[in-house]
Amino acid sequence: MKSLKASGHPFSISTLQLEHLHAHRSDQFADRMADAGLHPLKPTRIEIFQINVGKMCNQTCKHCHVDAGPDRKEIMTRETLQRCLDILATHDIPTIDITGGAPEMNPHFRWFVEEAARLGKHIIDRCNLTILLANPKYYDLPQFLAKHRVEVVSSLPHYTAVRTDRQRGDGVFEKSIQAMRMLNEAGYGQEGTGLELNLVYNPTGAILPGPQQELEADFKRHLLSEHGVYFNKLYVITNMPISRFLDFLVVSGNYETYMQKLIDAFNPSAAMGVMCRNTLSIGWDGTLYDCDFNQMLDIKIQDAPVHIDHFDLDALTNRSIVVDQHCYGCTAGLGSSCGGQVV
Amino acid sequence: METYYNPADLAKFGKIGDFDKALADKFFSYYNEVFKEGALTAREKSLIALAVSHTVQCPYCIDAYTTDTLEKGCTEEQLMEAVHVAAAIRGGASLVHGVQMMNHTKKVMM
Repeated sequence: MKSLKASGHPFSISTLQLEHLHAHRSDQFADRMADAGLHPLKPTRIEIFQINVGKMCNQTCKHCHVDAGPDRKEIMTRETLQRCLDILATHDIPTIDITGGAPEMNPHFRWFVEEAARLGKHIIDRCNLTILLANPKYYDLPQFLAKHRVEVVSSLPHYTAVRTDRQRGDGVFEKSIQAMRMLNEAGYGQEGTGLELNLVYNPTGAILPGPQQELEADFKRHLLSEHGVYFNKLYVITNMPISRFLDFLVVSGNYETYMQKLIDAFNPSAAMGVMCRNTLSIGWDGTLYDCDFNQMLDIKIQDAPVHIDHFDLDALTNRSIVVDQHCYGCTAGLGSSCGGQVV
Repeated sequence: METYYNPADLAKFGKIGDFDKALADKFFSYYNEVFKEGALTAREKSLIALAVSHTVQCPYCIDAYTTDTLEKGCTEEQLMEAVHVAAAIRGGASLVHGVQMMNHTKKVMM
């Protein structure tokens, strides 16, 4: 499967995605936020540097909001990564969240993790699991990540092969289980080791996710009894109506129903806790965004310099977060963030 | 094409209150109370609702509770098992009347 970009799909152009999102709905997200007393939305403080180190990935998942895949060549340079490290060394930003694509495919990944660990920061690697088996050069990643106390957050849309493979590609479930075994052997997911392996569930279709606690119990029971693998927490995430998932919604005739479902499920409490309030998203070329979704829609931050080279913490802390119709995805029901449900 | 059932009408269910608000309010209050977590989990109740939807053959209910059970974390296998429970009871309900047929046959025949 090719990325939307490689196949010349209209939704590979962010403005066309936004046009689609604007064309069909009169319920403006900003108005709902204003009604909830949350517009303009302001940051609390920047606690997480979420760095998207590149769009290259060994998988081409059907729901991917990044439109990542083997044919994507955008990769963060060592200079930009160094710039991030320089800022992190001089600012009280405790968490570095490394995402992609498959972040491990960035040639500077290990160097960056080593340097970040030296700063004493909490490091998260958003690992797709199958990368650990994609090439012999990645086989020792579990030990490397364990050595630097990196939290591993991995997508596994379901505890059944059929659902996972439907979203992430044939054979992905089996490889993911093998990769979880490798991580478990390195100490991940085990009580007392402090090595966190957290999984991410997102629905395999145009539905909202159920309660995190119940799904976590299901995942733990099935994965342990049927495959002998374990993990710490399950983060439940709502699919955002952008990029490949937007394409799925339109092609399958679910777009209107799904958007209405998100709108009807708008929850002011969830809106209070959205991740853009404490996270800064950095693109592969050093551009700054309010979140990874805004990044993929090319909606840059406002009220502050938009590139990491001109990082200004005061301006960023006082900026207004840019919201649009896709933000209904994060505020529906129990809410959604990179750390799971927020309510 | 005009049909008796329109999927868009499901979203208008709440509007039945336009003609009789008091009774609609009572119904929806009862309905919401029924589906809360109780001695049965919300997921179990949703699966029962899916099975009953098939028994009463309500297209709105089937759509609604297919989505609801999936959102509550049920698998396709569990959904189909619930439908088979409905089918088994419906089929069994027909078949068990065969005893009545047999009784009557034995009574009237030599």
